[in-house]
Amino acid sequence: MILVLAYCAVLLSFASGVLALLMHQRHNLLALSRYWLKKSPESNEKYQSVIDNSLEEKQFPIFLRQAVFVLLGFSGIFAVLAGMSVLTSKEIITDQISLGLPWLPWHVRFDSLSGFFFLIIGIAVSAVSLYGPGYVKSYDENHHPFAALGLFTGLFVSGMLLVLLADDAFFFMIAWELMSVASYFLVAFQHENPANRRAAFIYLLMAEVGALAIILGFGVLASFATGFTFDELRAAELSSTWASIAFVLALTGFGMKAGIVPVHVWLPEAHPVAPSHISALMSGVMLKVAIYGLIRFCFDLIGEVHWQWGLVLLVLGTFSALGGILYAMMQPNLKRLLAYSSVENVGIIFMVLGLSMIFMANGHPQLAALGFLAALLHAFNHALFKNLLFLGAGIIHHQTHELNIDMMGGLIKRMPQTSMLFLVGCMSISSLPLFNGFVSEWLAFQTALQVDVLDNGVLRSLIPVAAAALALTAALAAACFVKVFGLIFLGQPRSHHSDKAHEIQDKGMLAGSMLLAGLCFLFGIFPGLIITLINGVAGQLLGETLPNDAALGWLWLAPVSAKQASYAPPLVLIGALIAAGVSFWYLRRNPSTVMRRAETWDCGFGGLTSKMQYSSSAFTMPFRRIFAKVWMIDEQIDKDMQGAMNQDVAAVRYHLQVQDHSWPRLYQPIERGVNNTAKVVGRIQTGNIRTYLGYSFATLILMLWVIS
Amino acid sequence: MNWLLAVLQTMLFVALAPLLAGWLKCCKCRLQNRKAPSIFQPYRDLLKLTNKQPVVAKQASWIFLIAPYIIFSATVLAATVVPLIAVDLPTSASADVIVMVGFFAFARFFLALAGLDIGTAFGGMGSSREMTISSLAEPAMLMAIFTLTMAASTTNLSFAIGHVLNEGFVLRPSFVFALAALILVAIAETGRIPVDNPATHLELTMIHEAMILEYSGRHLALIEWASQVKLMLYGVLIANIFFPWGIAETLGAQALGYGLLAIMGKLALLAIFLAIVETLFAKMRLFRVQEYLSFAYLLGLLGMLSHIILEASR
Repeated sequence: MILVLAYCAVLLSFASGVLALLMHQRHNLLALSRYWLKKSPESNEKYQSVIDNSLEEKQFPIFLRQAVFVLLGFSGIFAVLAGMSVLTSKEIITDQISLGLPWLPWHVRFDSLSGFFFLIIGIAVSAVSLYGPGYVKSYDENHHPFAALGLFTGLFVSGMLLVLLADDAFFFMIAWELMSVASYFLVAFQHENPANRRAAFIYLLMAEVGALAIILGFGVLASFATGFTFDELRAAELSSTWASIAFVLALTGFGMKAGIVPVHVWLPEAHPVAPSHISALMSGVMLKVAIYGLIRFCFDLIGEVHWQWGLVLLVLGTFSALGGILYAMMQPNLKRLLAYSSVENVGIIFMVLGLSMIFMANGHPQLAALGFLAALLHAFNHALFKNLLFLGAGIIHHQTHELNIDMMGGLIKRMPQTSMLFLVGCMSISSLPLFNGFVSEWLAFQTALQVDVLDNGVLRSLIPVAAAALALTAALAAACFVKVFGLIFLGQPRSHHSDKAHEIQDKGMLAGSMLLAGLCFLFGIFPGLIITLINGVAGQLLGETLPNDAALGWLWLAPVSAKQASYAPPLVLIGALIAAGVSFWYLRRNPSTVMRRAETWDCGFGGLTSKMQYSSSAFTMPFRRIFAKVWMIDEQIDKDMQGAMNQDVAAVRYHLQVQDHSWPRLYQPIERGVNNTAKVVGRIQTGNIRTYLGYSFATLILMLWVIS
Repeated sequence: MNWLLAVLQTMLFVALAPLLAGWLKCCKCRLQNRKAPSIFQPYRDLLKLTNKQPVVAKQASWIFLIAPYIIFSATVLAATVVPLIAVDLPTSASADVIVMVGFFAFARFFLALAGLDIGTAFGGMGSSREMTISSLAEPAMLMAIFTLTMAASTTNLSFAIGHVLNEGFVLRPSFVFALAALILVAIAETGRIPVDNPATHLELTMIHEAMILEYSGRHLALIEWASQVKLMLYGVLIANIFFPWGIAETLGAQALGYGLLAIMGKLALLAIFLAIVETLFAKMRLFRVQEYLSFAYLLGLLGMLSHIILEASR
């Protein structure tokens, strides 16, 4: 029954993709419906008008778009239902589908871990399908056909869902490739721009290199096993060297998809160019599927984890978290900034997973469960707030035709509802108390502080340092999103477009974001709701849950024991409301002191303009100076001088370019190496038929020699 | 009963904060050979401000208007977490020390947004500088706190203080380092000399004042009061974690009375120390602050390492 729900989710998303193909088939549909109506005229008179209406020339595209997104939305709802039911029932359901090659059926397995990620995908897809119809309306059908967008969105979602269901390496890779390739077409959707094509190509290249690494990882496991199903891979007995090789391959493959430093470079290229609801899905959900893959591979398939792997994850995660947020800070493009912030959040998830591995390998499964829980909770939270922020960015882009935050400002008065929703996203991602981001970060700190149980001196001193890096990351994230919200929504408008912007009219776009914002707040106040679900996942996968389930009530959060740490968000909320209410009531008691509006203080010079406000590069200038080594900064100030002695400044031009270190350090050497190798190989390609015949002859002789 | 006591303790905390500010100003004036105002002057200022009609910039949005209330309540919530005169009160279990740092982040988030809201250069400058300094101060602070919480193996302040009380007076190297780190961070976070000067309105140097330049009337009163509470909170943290003796461990009237006297005495001494520091040192350049804060971080790290290497049970 539960599996039927999951299959329904996959099929519905697939169906939504196929339905989108009908965009240009209006005439055929019309003919078909006429034929059908003629065959059974008596029962279908009432349908006649409905069909005629929906197939009318003008109505048809709108109707079809809505139908596609409705199907996608149902797919999301079914995914949520399937995920919830498998999480509550704690069953492990297996099945076989006889698709593919005749002797290789697809093995399906639906357990708590898959169920939890189903939940994440389901929520995100539901929100996106509310948001989608309004957003895609603005695309010109001739240049950006909806059929392509809808088809690949459907395939992309079904690919992600299938990855979660896969129980053998073949099926896993098929689903994985479906997800990667479909999302490539989505990134390349607005392909008229060369930069977009380049971004899509980089994305495809890295996705495929990653997929190769994953295949090799499975291959290493399979060479010690009797087959390719996950059950057989689980049973494989690996020496620790081979297990480590498999781990490194899996880490490379899944890490490339998840976007850890230094293999993160496709994220900031691909996310900004995809349509906003697709970037929301890619950033909020697809990265989580990569994390699912890593968890499945390490904790489930290899089984026996080593603390060194945990250390690798911890170090990589720390660098990703810090690097991600520092780069995010410097981006003027909103969606690029959000993409870099995804790198940061994936880094945090990797850190906590690493802690979990370290505790697991050192024989503290309960603490491992705590870390695991924090990692999954952060994955869930990140899916919520990053989706919300990308959808918000889409709304802003839709209304102002801008993505450069230096050209915005003052939108809080022009777009009040969007600004509220975006504020919730910013507060969640800055991990402020009362919002969901804080809970997972708090749990991450609690995990790191349990380091006293470890014997290894290196780990004992390294983990607190990582925890301090996490604190720095959180503080930098707060600074970054203060900048984002402050520059976009507050102050005076910095461009004509943002001056003339107004609130979005489409209710669906707001509703999609509102759903996510509501969930951010709900799980910030009642994290127990989701934590009890994840506890089941940890129980099933690690064989251990948190020490006392009772402490995880709806009111209190006490992961280790109430004597060590506790957090009661509902009480905090009540306290905050009382304190704010009392001060508000007391201070407003006298009506004669109601405030007066006046001009902003301009130091008596007059004429404050929007140019006098702090810009993005001005806001981050202290950071740029303090952490100067992190970026490759190219900063130029040109002054035009005039007047007697050339002493008066007529105009100042400021140019700032911030580049990622990983391009010149890692990718350009690889590129040069590939080109040089190609040149060397090119030498034997003389273009002369006799030489090629000679090669063939030599090969033949060699083969004969080898065989005999 | 316990809840009532907890609420009373918080109210006492909030009520005493201006007194500490007054006492600090008084000490500073004496040290600088000036005539000091009464130590109750901050109360008069607050009262005066609450009775005035606030003037709000036309550009300001609702963020600017609600920010003072949010800042004040977040700071008050942080104050509920810290044991002032008694340990084991129920509010300290509703949030631990990491959540307390979170409350400060919450208040700062809105303060910085309010600075950006009016769209002047001053506001943006203040926000940018405040976020810079705080993001450097936060790891240093957590490093110092982690040292303590690992020694006490709890992040709950009440239990941590209980742990120190049980241990008796032992001069642990980790505590000395953590104390030094926390004092440095406290000076930076509360915007005192040498990091920021609360008395200045010179555009090149101000940080906190730049953000609240547009506030007046009751809004200003709330923000001022919140920063007084924050100053006292750091004082109480330092006093009660490192020198907890005197704090009430039972809830009898006598113990509570002693607790109150003890904390007032400790805070008075700390204020004198701070006044001396503020008199001796000049404000440093903005881009020296990162060196100052990384020194604080280094002290915290040293504390942590000495805990792990020298003191841990194995």
